[in-house]
Amino acid sequence: MSRWLQNNLPRIVMAPSLVAVAVFVYGFIFWTAYISGTKSKLLPRYDFEGLSQYVTLWSMPRWYVALENLFVFSALFIVVCMALGLLLAIMLDQKIRVEGALRTIYLYPMALSFVVTGTAWKWILNPGLGIEKMVRDLGFETFDFNWLVDPDMAIYTIVIAGVWQSSGFVMAMFLAGLRSIDQEIIKAAYMDGVSLPRIYLGIIIPSMRPVFFSTFVVLGHLAIKSFDLIVVLTGGGPGYATDMPATFMYAMAFQRGRIGLSAASATIMLMTVMAVIVPYLYSELRTKRND
Amino acid sequence: MKILKNLVIAVALTAIALPSTVKAEPKVEVLHWWTSGGESKAVKSLMDEFKANGGTWTDMPVAGGGGDAAMTALKARVLSGNPPTAVQLKGPSIQEWAEEGALGDLNDVAIAEKWDEVLPPQIADVMKYKGRYVATPVNVHRVDWLWANPKVLAKAGVSMPTTWDEFNTAADKLKAMGITPLAHGGQSWQDATVFETVVLGLGGNDFYKKALMDLDMKALNSPTMVKVFDQMRRMRGYVDENFSGRDWNLATAMVMKGEAAFQIMGDWAKGEFLAAGKKPGADFLCAPSPGSKGYLFNIDSFAMFNVKGVDNLAGQKLLAKLIVGEGFQKTFNLIKGSVPARLGVPMGEFEYCAHKSAYDMEKTSQIGGLLPSYAHGMALRGAQAGAITDVVTKHFNSDMSSVAAAKALAEAVKLSM
Repeated sequence: MSRWLQNNLPRIVMAPSLVAVAVFVYGFIFWTAYISGTKSKLLPRYDFEGLSQYVTLWSMPRWYVALENLFVFSALFIVVCMALGLLLAIMLDQKIRVEGALRTIYLYPMALSFVVTGTAWKWILNPGLGIEKMVRDLGFETFDFNWLVDPDMAIYTIVIAGVWQSSGFVMAMFLAGLRSIDQEIIKAAYMDGVSLPRIYLGIIIPSMRPVFFSTFVVLGHLAIKSFDLIVVLTGGGPGYATDMPATFMYAMAFQRGRIGLSAASATIMLMTVMAVIVPYLYSELRTKRND
Repeated sequence: MKILKNLVIAVALTAIALPSTVKAEPKVEVLHWWTSGGESKAVKSLMDEFKANGGTWTDMPVAGGGGDAAMTALKARVLSGNPPTAVQLKGPSIQEWAEEGALGDLNDVAIAEKWDEVLPPQIADVMKYKGRYVATPVNVHRVDWLWANPKVLAKAGVSMPTTWDEFNTAADKLKAMGITPLAHGGQSWQDATVFETVVLGLGGNDFYKKALMDLDMKALNSPTMVKVFDQMRRMRGYVDENFSGRDWNLATAMVMKGEAAFQIMGDWAKGEFLAAGKKPGADFLCAPSPGSKGYLFNIDSFAMFNVKGVDNLAGQKLLAKLIVGEGFQKTFNLIKGSVPARLGVPMGEFEYCAHKSAYDMEKTSQIGGLLPSYAHGMALRGAQAGAITDVVTKHFNSDMSSVAAAKALAEAVKLSM
């Protein structure tokens, strides 16, 4: 009896969390997908009715704006964060004296909530209060930086605020990855007379593939999840120019009493995320097993 | 001896029988989002009156989001089968909830207190579902007000405009002098507020009814609507550069400080002026928005939900009776800055703008000009109102043409049905 208990104790301890995840995450994902096939408005209704909510969804101009913003924001956010984080990590890796202090400074923005980041950047980017006013006061009368109130450029202000917040975190992850590389390979490369940039490009970065993968997953989830940043920074943008699927879904469900439509948009968001993450996950884990 | 014994038995029997004849203790649990300073003072006046009449009040304030958080809490309570007794709901949400079968019935209180006689019929309709009362109106806010700074107007040599053409002339003069003509906050509900006053002013009461209440496709995509969007395009030129995302009270402050001349906002702006110590007539002017021959109302109300229990039902009836009663209507509206929904309340203690509002309300009610505001959730359900606001705010914040906007308006409304 105690033998069985000893063998299965890990499973028994994990079981409650597993059940909770199965019900509250996956169970409710299926519930949402089911609701997206009904005519639910203010309260959920359970008579399955077909794909009319999806037809409505794909005929709304606001949904196309939201999707486009999602792709633009996610792509820029992930790429710029990774590039900036990698650059900072490589710089910090050069055995400089104040590395500890610099690392802390770059990592601090991550400690702020997106709401604080959004509010602070809203004031900085406001044409009448922030950067534009400051530069104009310095004497450059025709300086323009009104991206925040320009419907075409407002989405890039969200990228700026998001990158500022998260690149410190990416730097920390890459720094840990860099430090975990076997120093013998690098010493051998030095002895062969390989230049430092070549060492980085040819040896170190490729061997950090697992770090790239986990950073991509974390940044991707931050990008999809970004709701509070948008609400605080632009409130959905001039008009609805910076609307994203998350804010669209919230508005439809809670402000307009169209739960069925909002469930449809949530399901599409899930499918978009799965389409990107699942192949990446599969390829990374498969390579690992082959190693 | 025998008499004493009989007396004791009689008293004992009466004591046992007594609990069943005790009156039900009125009890309410009230869900609302009046959590700011002036608002919570106003709710407290209702709470005190209810308690003075022997009732128990359990307060359930849920702050934030203009009611979003409160509505989410309400959905949770209703779905779990334990709704609050009274909820601060307004406009078509009342009918939406009544359709889901969640509301109770107040018709016997209405008949006893003669509500049909003391409430204007347009307001009474909002409180009814299938002809029976399910909610009680607390106040009437007017949305189509034009607020102005008289000193700025005097400096520019303009007077309060009564048509949109006069407004445009005055605004051009002000802009040439370097004063922002219109103080505006670029949040979608504020864009919608300006839009509906333009619809009312340019199109008239009947056009407003056809377009923003009946959602007639021919009215939504009509030459008059194109003219409305043309005026909105002009208004875009009259707001200052930093209007995006500005809160409404900061725009009111611009008028107070003389940085801007006009603001188009509901009468809660009056509360801001009064709280800053400004006097109507001397420091600020109030007038119906240009061209308005109607009255766009925004009514706060309490809807009574389907609860069980003698105490809860007694509480609902008492609350409903008190809310429409003269005493509460006067006290609450003095604090909140709106006017009573009940007709005939003595207005001696109200100031000039409130007098004008109450007078106009009665007059327009008789000519069919007392209309629900679409921008403040009185005329349409959330889905349709939101669809219209999306198009209005997109047009205001881009260089969309008026013809395209009118077309998009009709399409968006059709899609949201």
